[in-house]
Amino acid sequence: MKIVINLKINGTDHELLVKPNETLVQALRGAQLNLTGTKQACELGDCGACTVLMNGRAVNSCLVLAAQADGAEIETVEGLAVEGQLSPIQDAFMEGGAIQCGFCSPGMMMSAKALLDETPSPTRDQIRHGIAGNLCRCTGYYKIVNAIETAAHHCSSKEGKN
Amino acid sequence: MATQATPHPYAVIGKRHIRKDVPEKATGSAKYTADIAFPDMLEGAVLCSPVAHARILNIDTSQAKQLPGVKAVITANDTGDILWGHSPARYDETTLAVNKVRHVGDQIAAVAAIDEQTAKEALELIKVDYEELPAVFDPIDALAKGAPVIHDRYPDNITIQVHNHFGDVDKAFAKAHHIRTDRFVNSKTDGAMMEPQACVAKPDLSGRLTLWTSTQVSHYVQRTLAIALKMPVDHIRVIAPNVGGGFGPKASTHPYEPITCFLAKMTRRPVRLVLDREQVFWHNRARHKYVHEMKTGVDREGYLLALDHLSVLDGGAYSSFGVITTYYNGSLLTGPYRLPNMKYDGFRVYTNKPASGSLRGHGGITNRACFEAQLDMIAQDLNMDPVELRLKNKMGSNDVTCCGYYTGNLSVGECLEAARDKSKWAEKKGKLPLGKGIGVGTGFFVSGAGACVYRSEVPHSTVMLHVADDGSQVTAYSGSNELGQGSDTVIAMIAAEVLGLTVDDIQVVSGDTGRCPVDLGAYSSRQTLMTGHATKKAAEAVRTQILEAIADLFQMPVDAFTLRDGKVLGTERNPEKLKLIRDKYRREHRAFADVPKEGPLTFQEVNRYLYNQSGQVIGKGTYSPGEIQEFKDWKGSAVGSSPAYSTQTCIAEVTVDLDTGKLTVDKVTLAHDCGFALNRTAVEGQMEGSMCHGLSETLFEQMLFDDKGHLINRTLGDYKIATALDVPELDAIIIEANEPAGPFGAKEVGEGCIIPILPAIINAINDACGAVIMDLPVTSEKILMALKAKEDAKTDRFITEIPPNALKLLDIAREISQKWEQNFKK
Repeated sequence: MKIVINLKINGTDHELLVKPNETLVQALRGAQLNLTGTKQACELGDCGACTVLMNGRAVNSCLVLAAQADGAEIETVEGLAVEGQLSPIQDAFMEGGAIQCGFCSPGMMMSAKALLDETPSPTRDQIRHGIAGNLCRCTGYYKIVNAIETAAHHCSSKEGKN
Repeated sequence: MATQATPHPYAVIGKRHIRKDVPEKATGSAKYTADIAFPDMLEGAVLCSPVAHARILNIDTSQAKQLPGVKAVITANDTGDILWGHSPARYDETTLAVNKVRHVGDQIAAVAAIDEQTAKEALELIKVDYEELPAVFDPIDALAKGAPVIHDRYPDNITIQVHNHFGDVDKAFAKAHHIRTDRFVNSKTDGAMMEPQACVAKPDLSGRLTLWTSTQVSHYVQRTLAIALKMPVDHIRVIAPNVGGGFGPKASTHPYEPITCFLAKMTRRPVRLVLDREQVFWHNRARHKYVHEMKTGVDREGYLLALDHLSVLDGGAYSSFGVITTYYNGSLLTGPYRLPNMKYDGFRVYTNKPASGSLRGHGGITNRACFEAQLDMIAQDLNMDPVELRLKNKMGSNDVTCCGYYTGNLSVGECLEAARDKSKWAEKKGKLPLGKGIGVGTGFFVSGAGACVYRSEVPHSTVMLHVADDGSQVTAYSGSNELGQGSDTVIAMIAAEVLGLTVDDIQVVSGDTGRCPVDLGAYSSRQTLMTGHATKKAAEAVRTQILEAIADLFQMPVDAFTLRDGKVLGTERNPEKLKLIRDKYRREHRAFADVPKEGPLTFQEVNRYLYNQSGQVIGKGTYSPGEIQEFKDWKGSAVGSSPAYSTQTCIAEVTVDLDTGKLTVDKVTLAHDCGFALNRTAVEGQMEGSMCHGLSETLFEQMLFDDKGHLINRTLGDYKIATALDVPELDAIIIEANEPAGPFGAKEVGEGCIIPILPAIINAINDACGAVIMDLPVTSEKILMALKAKEDAKTDRFITEIPPNALKLLDIAREISQKWEQNFKK
């Protein structure tokens, strides 16, 4: 049995056919969408690698059934850059050495986006809490926290100019 | 936390560079193995053993084969009984279980089907009849008389025993002023890299095979597949695409690699197989569980005289990387202190648990934690400052260890002093209130292994550089493996430095055995040094060809020309010849936007000229460790020989809640000697990651098994690793010096940095509250129990004792060692 769902993914409407037990991450990564930027590392919501934004909130997409997401707006790592222009979060992660193996990076950057959307000028402690659900084995988190701080400065100074 | 670089003359290296792979990784377009798909691809799944030790009486796959959508079901009947593994003398693995299973999770059968769900449903239809055998989960049971035999070839269940005796410890102990004996245990830990192992195998019409796999060692995987599949080596192409971390567990061939290949061969279709997290825990051959006993003697002033080290490693069901680990476990203690006499008796024992192998700093972690904790207690016993004791015993540059390793440049004192001063040690040590403590630890690690894993004289690295037809870029081909540590960027930086280009001008193709010359891969912290050397030589070969050709044309000496800033400096000195080349270039590129008009000839113009004369410019560079200096009393610890060694010091500051035992690591100061830092951002990244990894292993990590050999904490939620909330303030100090054996003076940073973290924390706890926890992980419970025991015993210092079984195990190991020694002396 399959179910038809509608998702708005990174600003584009998609009509998808999914199995009842298919998770959102499986649907994103599957042949219909092929959005493999979102990673799957534990399938249990332990690691945060599959973090996407669902209606603006960060969720572990391995814990959401695709059918549950029907009608939702989904943002993934592929949607961070707009018209080829990298977002301040992506720039800061790249320039600050916050990406090593890169497997946690998509989820980490989506958690960062959720944090900065809600708290544009977070403290370092708020940043650490904002990514507490995203595991990283490479970086020790230092350069990730720095990068999110840099991205926040960049966003706020840009807004200030406007 | 940006550290200052030492002044240097280089244009590219010694600075900060954005990694070459991050634009793709930041946008989600980077492909990892599980992201690879083909139109007619099948999904694979593996049936894993639910029991720890059993004879397989029968496997019935008939129902599974009939399930619609199933294309192949394979067992050992299809994959055969060929033995393979990591160390050739100890090959003990088969692709699928032959007649018996040896641990929960051992692979029995595999399925390829049209989708993942069908493949997994088919697994449930495979019927296996087991005759359960008695299982052993503790080396003490595996060594007992009449113990069940795990591998017929090893009736005593011992994978390997190593007896390395350097100098004369007995004589030295007789002269010692103070002798201590201490014991230490840890828990088996996992690699917990974020990306689970994954494979995609694709056969072609000629019978050849390509395997994309998440590996640290494309070359070794290719060779092992040739053995397992009975195919010529070069009929198999192994490609490591983007790899989501390795840390050691991906440095050996993994059973799922040949399994995927067999499924692809049988179905003649591409097959993808991705491990779930539970399978990752079963098959990550990560940190061994160790027992250590160390007897150490010093003279009146605290100079080390001798170490007698007895150790047993719980190996699990297969040897994997463990033979090498067992050697390292002895030899890595021969530095960075002057230790004139050392005796090491090490045993690796098979048990019915998932195998252990290599994990970051393997063979140099728990032994170091035990030894450094003991050094602190010796300092306390002698009423000496622990940093002072270490400085007193430090090795210098151009030193030789008691087993004959030549240290090259080794900045032990510089690391100790930098960490001491930066952490304000003198203001804190012995002056902090009860419950607050500061502790030090030092480490020592190889910068590449001196020998290839299989017996061969193969150069450890060959790099080929290829200048594009139009000279606009250079491509480096290297079989080395990028797994997140930044090796591709280092290759590009070295080539750019030699050729006077930018990092953007260099493309890197790595980890692909079909397109790249051989490199042994990412293990034992070897690529910066070895691949770096080969890259440098390849770039120098390109440079020489360019300069010689230009010198010949210009009728000037070679040294009149320099490659810099994308130009061939010196060409402006002969305008006539310059014009000859430039005019030709202009005629060829009339409508192009970037045709140079003035100044010296560009790299591009010169290479286009050379291309038109005699085809592309190609350079090759090769590196072999060469003769490792041997000491005349060298008694055979080849594992541990290396072209260069790193050293590092960690100082940790902690708070212990005396009522609950809760431990907080407040601050860490880490100094690491990496020779010359090629990419400073990457060096810091490795230091920071190592700190977090070491902290995580010290405080949280342990694989827990029930009495049937099932892993209890088999999710990342239950097996806890450090999060962003757990890491303390960190001061990372890069200690730079010129390492004569390294390219541009560089050596390793990827593994050594984790080593001193564990003992620094243990020693800080001792300083804070007098509890010496010789048992990893250091949980609040262990601290609290130790504090209670200390109170009951009314002592200033309480040292935890290892469990009774571990004590008995040491007795057995001692007995076997004594027998070995008697036989040896005969």
